[in-house]
Amino acid sequence: MSPLHLCLLLSTVLFCIGLAAVLVRTSAILVLLGVELMLNAANLNFIAFWRYGPGGDDTGVIFVLFSIAVAAAEAAVGLALVIALHRHRRTIALKAANQLRG
Amino acid sequence: MTLSASLLWLIPATPLAASVFGLFAPRTARTLPIAGALLGLVAALGLSVAALAGALVDPAVRATSDFAWFTFGAQTLRLGWLLDPLAGFMCVLVTLIGLLVALFSTAYLRHDPRIGRFFGFLSLFVAAMLGLLVTNSLLLLFICWELVGLASYLLIGFWYERPAAAAAAKKAFITTRIGDLGFLIGLVWLHQATGSALFHDGGAGALDAPTLARLSSTLLPGGWAVSTAIGLLLFVGAAGKSGQFPLHVWLPDAMEGPTPVSALIHAATMVAAGVFLMARVFPLMAADQGLATVPFHALTGVAVIGAVTALLGAVLAVAQNDIKRVLAYSTVSQLGYMMLAIGVGSWVAAVFHLITHAFFKALLFLGAGSVIDATHHEQDLRRLGGLAGRMRVTFATFALGTGALMGLPFVFSGFWSKEAILHAAEGWTVSHLPFAAGLVGVVLTAFYMTRLVLEVFFGKARGEGAAHAEESPGLMRGPLVVLAVAAVGLGWLGLPNWPWLQTRLQGGDWPVHGLGEGFGLMVVSTALVLLGIGAGWWWYGRVKRTDARALDPLARSWPAVHAALAGRLWLDELYAATVGRAFAMLARVAAFFDRWVWGGAVEAAGRTAETVGQVNRAVDEDGLNAGFDNTSEHLRGSGRRYAKAQTGDAQSYLRVVAIGLAVVGVLLLWGGVR
Amino acid sequence: MSLLPWIPYVTFAGALLAYVAGSRSARAGRVVALLTALTGLGLALTAAAAFVPGRELQTLVNRAWIPELGIRYHLAVDGISLTLIVLTGVATTAAVLFSWTVSERVGEFFALFLGLIGGVYGVFLSADVFLFFVFYEIAIVPKYFLIALWGSTRREYGAMKLVLYSFAGSGLVLAGVLWTYGSGAAEGFSLGALTAAAARLSPVEGGVVFALVFFGFATLAGLFPLHTWAPTGHVAAPTGVSMLLAGVVMKLGAYGCLRVALPLFPDAFAAWQTTLGWLAVAGIVYAGLVALVQDDFKFVIGYSSVSHMGFVMLGLATGELEALGGAVLQMFSHGVIAGLLFAVVGRMVYERTHTRDLAELQALPLHRLIPGAAAIFVVAGLASMGLPGFSGFPSELTILVGAWRHHIPWALVAGLGVLVAGAFTIKVMQRAFFGQLRGPAESTQKEHAAEHAPMEPLTLPEKAGAALLIAATVIVGLKPDLLLDWIMPALQSPAFALTLTKGHP
Repeated sequence: MSPLHLCLLLSTVLFCIGLAAVLVRTSAILVLLGVELMLNAANLNFIAFWRYGPGGDDTGVIFVLFSIAVAAAEAAVGLALVIALHRHRRTIALKAANQLRG
Repeated sequence: MTLSASLLWLIPATPLAASVFGLFAPRTARTLPIAGALLGLVAALGLSVAALAGALVDPAVRATSDFAWFTFGAQTLRLGWLLDPLAGFMCVLVTLIGLLVALFSTAYLRHDPRIGRFFGFLSLFVAAMLGLLVTNSLLLLFICWELVGLASYLLIGFWYERPAAAAAAKKAFITTRIGDLGFLIGLVWLHQATGSALFHDGGAGALDAPTLARLSSTLLPGGWAVSTAIGLLLFVGAAGKSGQFPLHVWLPDAMEGPTPVSALIHAATMVAAGVFLMARVFPLMAADQGLATVPFHALTGVAVIGAVTALLGAVLAVAQNDIKRVLAYSTVSQLGYMMLAIGVGSWVAAVFHLITHAFFKALLFLGAGSVIDATHHEQDLRRLGGLAGRMRVTFATFALGTGALMGLPFVFSGFWSKEAILHAAEGWTVSHLPFAAGLVGVVLTAFYMTRLVLEVFFGKARGEGAAHAEESPGLMRGPLVVLAVAAVGLGWLGLPNWPWLQTRLQGGDWPVHGLGEGFGLMVVSTALVLLGIGAGWWWYGRVKRTDARALDPLARSWPAVHAALAGRLWLDELYAATVGRAFAMLARVAAFFDRWVWGGAVEAAGRTAETVGQVNRAVDEDGLNAGFDNTSEHLRGSGRRYAKAQTGDAQSYLRVVAIGLAVVGVLLLWGGVR
Repeated sequence: MSLLPWIPYVTFAGALLAYVAGSRSARAGRVVALLTALTGLGLALTAAAAFVPGRELQTLVNRAWIPELGIRYHLAVDGISLTLIVLTGVATTAAVLFSWTVSERVGEFFALFLGLIGGVYGVFLSADVFLFFVFYEIAIVPKYFLIALWGSTRREYGAMKLVLYSFAGSGLVLAGVLWTYGSGAAEGFSLGALTAAAARLSPVEGGVVFALVFFGFATLAGLFPLHTWAPTGHVAAPTGVSMLLAGVVMKLGAYGCLRVALPLFPDAFAAWQTTLGWLAVAGIVYAGLVALVQDDFKFVIGYSSVSHMGFVMLGLATGELEALGGAVLQMFSHGVIAGLLFAVVGRMVYERTHTRDLAELQALPLHRLIPGAAAIFVVAGLASMGLPGFSGFPSELTILVGAWRHHIPWALVAGLGVLVAGAFTIKVMQRAFFGQLRGPAESTQKEHAAEHAPMEPLTLPEKAGAALLIAATVIVGLKPDLLLDWIMPALQSPAFALTLTKGHP
């Protein structure tokens, strides 16, 4: 099994853990963590393909740098939302944020 | 001084101005509207006399003055004024009686807070009637006709606080409007058929000979002439206004209005309109006379209805206990005589009777009003009695009016005008039944009027009101005296051997008979009058009523038969068993008919319309509307169902997305394998 | 040139001003609205005074608007539209006067109110069908808000129903017009171009398109059985808006039928004529009978409106010159009389007694409590039942004459309708105003209450509005020539020539 396959396997596991968290956890923070995990699984793929792929340029690295920056911003916004939610509802359970239901 | 046709509009305009003035005068000013109304009537009377004088210069000339009302498309609706002796006489009649009634009313309604409005309505009533008389256009006649109906509605319902008055006003308005519908249809048809609603228009008018020839020669399916159909439709209108069977039901109820109004309605302004209309359009009504082929002549219908009404009204009058109701049925009966006269072809006799009747019926109603006023609104003749001594003037004038209505021979006006009608009916070739009905009516008239006078003025006072009655004030006595003079003397204008009035009305040759020619008939009818008086005296005069609660002698006749069989005069029994019983039966049956069958028919028609209305409403709300509502409800329901899927829970959305993704993934993989 | 083209814009500007002024002070909003309405009436009367009756539409403005589709901004006037413009001026002025007591969000109320009127003026002035349609839609929208926000009884329901019916109707019209435009390869949306295009349609197609356009417009005119929006809408609307709905908006539909549907499709009209006539007379009698048994005062008036509009539709259906003129006259007459009736019911009676239930009103001696209202209603009722002296008489007479000529049974049934109208008017008049206090105990109690809380006498705006409307109906009733002299030449224009000949049996 080549290193590339190992890396892809790891990122798949990471992605699935993140997805599971997003889908089943009730706490908004844990859902946010799951999202970050999924994001990092994607980053890992970028790096893996840059390192072991046919290569030639630095596209993969640059993508990852962008992605990390965006993820930081996203985490900030996400946490702010969680705080706002907590202020309104005194809880961070996602079920509480269902005002748009029909 | 004479009045030209172009100025005829002044006659209705003066009372109309008084009416507007009276209705807009401040409510606190009580005398202003009265003065205005009296002034307007006096002016109209003067103008009418001038107009009549002008018309009598040459009775054969019909002066007209037309003007265009409005133009629509190719048609111009023209209205106009017409002056002939008929219009002239009627105008004088209406203004004179209107003036007398107005004078009487100033006293009669002296305590009413709305007297100003009363005089406003009264002037409107007279103005509308005058407009109807002097018009040269069937359309303008219809317009005034409607205004007459409106004014009568306002006046009959003048005491609208009393439910009976409000109901009577409504009944009068609706019943006459049923007739008006016939009139309107006839009017539209006539206008379509002739292109003009003018009566006389230099040969092109609806009543001019060329038009009539065309109308009577145009045949409808079934062989009817167009003129017959139009004539009968117009007669429906006249029947409504003039209380002809079966539309007479409103007239007895209309006495719920103030008594002077009843006098006006029954004498000059309302019921006279129908007879006048028939007289005015008589050439149209008679246009089909010469045609042997048509299955039905318009005048035959008029004669039949007139005869039925004459008889019915007289029979019903016998059984009434309300003094005004007796008079009201008597009006129905007399109007039947007038229609009968028109039906048998003598409109001149009808108008003659209309004029004399107007005076003596106004006299009788005002006399009744005087009694009612003096006895503090007591109208039940069982609780009156003995007034002859206390109210001498009222009694004397009422007796003269009674004599005129009965047609006591030679002296009284009613005798001559009724003779004229009976004479015409006798000569009618189609059938002798109307003549017979007229003769029976004479007996009945004499009978019920005898009863009325005996019950009201003789015997002893049977009620509080009658016991303390005093003669009415001078303003009420004055009109009574004037009317009484007219009720006696007017007949001399139209003697068979000196037919001054007939000649003028006809506008030319009227056959002059010696008194001897109709003498047989006069003797017969005199005998019949005496028979009626005798019968009345027999039941009501011999034994005067002493107790208000005592049964009417006529109603007691049933047990009386047995008592007579036990040993009294056989003649008694013969009378009671035949004439009396027949009288009572006939009266009861007729009263029953009037109360249940015709009243009921109107009621039933109303109910039916109401039921249909209810059904329509149900259809509207549950049927037509429900479609709209259902559709909206469906849309809303489905919207609500779909909205359920929108839980607002972000994770459940994501789960759906995940499942979707997985499905897509599986499909892609599957596709990849293949 | 005349100032008529400015009427819609003056009114729209007045709407904006009223909004601004009304948000500061209610009184200012009312005054601005009244001044706007009076300006409209003044402009209309000035134009009427200078009007020379003629057969053709007299163009006021005509310039290209959307040249790619041949749509033009074309305003024109003839006797028919002038009659209705004058009616709109009169009805608007009276309706503003009877809306004087609106106190919530006055600015918005009058802004929407005048916006509606601006659209109505625009419709009556348009000679380009597309432009006509644009103004027509402008007039529909404010109705919803006016009823839903300021209305009473089931107002959302009434408003929604009315607007859905209106839009459904205008949808049908739009479909029909576009069909004609496309299928007939029209050069533009002018009446002439569309007439030429309509003539190129096959007879079957023409019949369908005519039905779309006619019934689309007739929905708004309250033709039986498309009338059910009218009573509920009228009842739900605030007084001033009921007056406009019955007085002016229903006329939009009838005007559309006359101006667009009839001249465009003379053949199809002849084919549909019998159906239309029977629907019209059925509506007259049917609505009259329903009015006979209503318990809500305003519903009686609402159904009487449907009954009277039945006369307009009957006049149109006969295709006779006289009856068409009578129909336009009846539009004017009904606009004024229905406005007056609604004013009495909604403003004079309801705002004082807070009930419209006839059984309750019957227990009040209203003739003594508000004698002015009773007198005005008697006059309005007499006018409504077509008594001579009021405008209803000449218009119904001319329609009957035309109906008689075309098809006698129509005239007979419609005559029955006149009788029914008399019956329900008298009935409601006596029940509402000349009721009796029943039972001595109740009587004294109520009498007592009535004496202690006397009803406010009629105010100046009420008197002025009623006087304006009564004057209009009496003047036209006595001298119908005033309007017929404008109307009849317009109906003899070439545009109607085919309709008149084809419609004749």
